[in-house]
Amino acid sequence: MSKKVAVIGVGITKFGELWNESFRTLFVKSGTQAIQDAGISSKDIDALFGGNMSGGQFIKQEHLASLAMDHTALLPKPAMRVEAACASGGMAVSAAYMGIKSGMYDVVAAGGVEKMTDVLTNRTTGALSTAADQEWESFQGATFPGLYAMIARRHMHEYGTTEEQMAEVAVKNHYNGSKNPNAQYQREITVDQVMNSAKIADPIKLLDCSPISDGAAVVILAGEETAKLVCDDPIWLVGTGQATGSIALHNRKDICTLNATVEAAKRAYGMAELRPKDISCAEVHDCFTIAELCAIEDLGFCDKGKSGQFVQDGHTRVTGSIPINTSGGLKAKGHPVGATGVAQVVEAVLQLRGKAGARQVTDPEYVLTHNVGGSGGTASVHIFGR
Amino acid sequence: MTEVPRFWREIPQRYNLIGNKCRKCDWINFPPRSICKKCNDHDFERFDLKGEGKIITYTIIRAAPLGFEDLVPYAIAIIRLDDGPRITAQIVDCDSSEVDIGKRVKVCFRKIAEDGKAGAISYGYKFKLV
Repeated sequence: MSKKVAVIGVGITKFGELWNESFRTLFVKSGTQAIQDAGISSKDIDALFGGNMSGGQFIKQEHLASLAMDHTALLPKPAMRVEAACASGGMAVSAAYMGIKSGMYDVVAAGGVEKMTDVLTNRTTGALSTAADQEWESFQGATFPGLYAMIARRHMHEYGTTEEQMAEVAVKNHYNGSKNPNAQYQREITVDQVMNSAKIADPIKLLDCSPISDGAAVVILAGEETAKLVCDDPIWLVGTGQATGSIALHNRKDICTLNATVEAAKRAYGMAELRPKDISCAEVHDCFTIAELCAIEDLGFCDKGKSGQFVQDGHTRVTGSIPINTSGGLKAKGHPVGATGVAQVVEAVLQLRGKAGARQVTDPEYVLTHNVGGSGGTASVHIFGR
Repeated sequence: MTEVPRFWREIPQRYNLIGNKCRKCDWINFPPRSICKKCNDHDFERFDLKGEGKIITYTIIRAAPLGFEDLVPYAIAIIRLDDGPRITAQIVDCDSSEVDIGKRVKVCFRKIAEDGKAGAISYGYKFKLV
């Protein structure tokens, strides 16, 4: 059994409204890139775990693991789809890690892909809402922005967080996105633009929301011996944790805390024998700006209720004490839901290799990724180091 | 839209807020559960919720999902019922600017949505300010 597991290759497509790209072309492009980056042959891959939220609703295609293996010419190797709403990608990485740790496989691909723009927007948002409790939230007319808006409203009530502080998250992530050639939005925005954008679900406005995106990402994981053999700079997955929370927001003990994040982080920090202050930078799940504020608190980067001021003081910028979402995050890089958790790992690896270009953090030691399903029903946290 | 049997199964809950109470630890569930989330026991009795409570958070929905377009803008809140459970429901019969955290509400019976011109109409609970 392999003691340690490393990422030896990464691949990612551009994120955005990619009319010329299909589910198949996106997956093949990112997979090919990851294999080339790892410097291995596709024959070396033992298995695939693929994250996808809703192929059935977005492209009317299920049975996606077989499809992916067929079109990457990897038949008859084993492949499995992993679904945990927007956390599907992070969970695919967990599954790949477990496959190697169990001793069953040595080299495993963890991928994520979502093709969201082949259907009209109201169908896309309808598909996304199936990550909430259909009987007791969606039935009443609650939407996803609506659920996060209720978290935001309560956060404002309890801690004095302001809409301007939430807007600062979008402004920072768009700045970072402007340095990322794969980002959906590569342009800066201002607090005023966020504040004056269309209201979606008060206090959430259009520019507080991550977009609808197409995209794919793949990472290749390998056991310690193989990783050292084929790779000059393996990036080690030093800690990982996953946890669940109630699918309905109203059943959470504290509306402003994603307990699944707290629990997943506890497991990941424990395995890595690290504390929040040891993390150099992080990719967190900012599906809405309030989600980034909650993540910063629940991952232990600042005290509960202090995230608004923390962001406003610049701590989370690329030059700050704990840079958050250097890739642009879900907000600016884009959020093809099943791909997001894997794309976060791609950014972590680029940062640790020192290859993140204009958004490079100075000499990072440990990078954390945090992926959430729904309003907090699932959370996945991974920690990577050199 | 909710399919008819899927809606019909939950009519006792949707029309009359019927939950259940754990006989071992007195924890009240809405909707009813088969396993108590507090003590893991499986022995329950019916519990009729009184349908009054307090808003703990809310939003005004301005971009509606399919079937709710005609209601925009509408208020949705998480309500802590006096009996214990928390539920998500619309706040109606008021201007949305009147909705606020801490305000008392009570249940009312309303049309929730209709499945196009020919489909079933679904009814259920909403809340109004008291």
